[in-house]
Amino acid sequence: MRLALDIITVVLVSAGGFFFMAGTIGLLRFPDTLTRLHALTKVDNLGLGLIVFGLLPQVESRLGALKLIVIWLLVQMSGAIVSQLIAQAVRRSGRQT
Amino acid sequence: MTITDFLLVAAAFVLLMVAIGLARILYGPADVDRILSVQLIGSGGVAVLLLLSVGMNVPPIMDVALMLGLLATFLSVTFLRDAANSSSVSPSTTEER
Amino acid sequence: MTLVFACEVVLAGLLVAIATWTIVARTAFAAIVLFMVYGLLLAIVWVALSAVDVALTEAAIGGGVTSMLLMGAATRLRAPTTPVADVGLPLRIAAGLLCALVTVVLGAVVFFLPDVAPTLAPVAKDNLAASGLGNPVAAVLFVFRALDTLLEKVVLLLALVGVWSLASDEAWGGVPGLPVYARPGRILVFLAQILPPIGIIVGIYMFWAGASQPGGAFQGGTILAAVWLLTMMARLQDVPAINARWLRLLLVVGPTAFLAIGLAGFFIADSFLAYPPGIAKPLIIVVEATLTLSIGVTLALLVAGPPERLPQR
Repeated sequence: MRLALDIITVVLVSAGGFFFMAGTIGLLRFPDTLTRLHALTKVDNLGLGLIVFGLLPQVESRLGALKLIVIWLLVQMSGAIVSQLIAQAVRRSGRQT
Repeated sequence: MTITDFLLVAAAFVLLMVAIGLARILYGPADVDRILSVQLIGSGGVAVLLLLSVGMNVPPIMDVALMLGLLATFLSVTFLRDAANSSSVSPSTTEER
Repeated sequence: MTLVFACEVVLAGLLVAIATWTIVARTAFAAIVLFMVYGLLLAIVWVALSAVDVALTEAAIGGGVTSMLLMGAATRLRAPTTPVADVGLPLRIAAGLLCALVTVVLGAVVFFLPDVAPTLAPVAKDNLAASGLGNPVAAVLFVFRALDTLLEKVVLLLALVGVWSLASDEAWGGVPGLPVYARPGRILVFLAQILPPIGIIVGIYMFWAGASQPGGAFQGGTILAAVWLLTMMARLQDVPAINARWLRLLLVVGPTAFLAIGLAGFFIADSFLAYPPGIAKPLIIVVEATLTLSIGVTLALLVAGPPERLPQR
């Protein structure tokens, strides 16, 4: 049982790390602010989400598991709203790139 | 390699990805791009801290992650206000009431 | 070389790289963003050193409030993105020598630290149970070295008065010139409506948890300050005039409660800032609660800056 949980953790956390890498590459290589923003939101949603789900089997207390999910939801929500704000700022400033 | 070691390595990996992504602050043609890095360290830092919290088995570190997530959001909004080409600023003294 | 050591080396190298980067940044905006990143990285370092209370405070103050203050200063200088002015070579050399001297002295201190650092930590831990608290840091702050904490809170108020004194004579008592959004869009308003309730809950949780685990009044107060500033920036609330009575009351309620309980220690316990056995924890909770409010208001007003507009009459 322990082994199965550990395997789940390794798989999910590795997948989350992969998305972090993808987000960083996107941030550096994409040509445009808006496309970079798109790459970044993948990091918020999937990268952090997969890591949180990968950590859930390792946490002993229910309160800790709840905290993990709450933190992820909070970061996701605020990330989504701030992304909209950034995109709005880009559009208002009239820049194309 | 135990699961604890794996989580620590994952934390170091995510930290490295965030560090590389910070290069956008250096290259970003506009200030808005620099704010993208603020978002990145927000979610990346939260991921690193959550991994450390479960890996080192010290639950209070999740509170640091919570604080980080909230503050990164708030700082993004503040920096957005002050970014160059931002037509959205006025000191509160010029409002007509 | 163990795995943990390798990770710590990576972290330390990253810290040095970010610090160097901050200094060579071309514009003030980039430098301030990098400084914020530096503060947050330092919080991770504190976590790696098992100092979670310090990590919380570093993330809040070093990564949060200081960056906001710097950004406000840069905005007030009206040129956040023009390149940094060029200073003459003799001044640069003098500054470089001074920094090198400080580095050498600090390095010497670190290298010649005694193997067994002199510390009172075991003594503090032994007496922890008598204070009723579970968090040794909170015990040191409010029981063993309460005088230092009291004076720190007064110093915070004095700093605020110092900031206010930058106002012109006519504007004294008026509204601080916090830069706000001229036309806050629906998205910003939505964020400023949804985040403050969460922030208030988190702030109260941080202060409450500080009694038995890392946390405390300062961290909780910083979150309260942050969400209040958010509502002011989104123009959901007006920036209050600094001669408002409720504002001044909130500012002083924390240090006053602390001082009052300290003076009461003369009568109900042994001496100044001593607590009677048994009710130490409730008293400390009361002090921390009022301090959380005061610190929140003080930090927000520090960021808001000196008053610029005449007070309404």
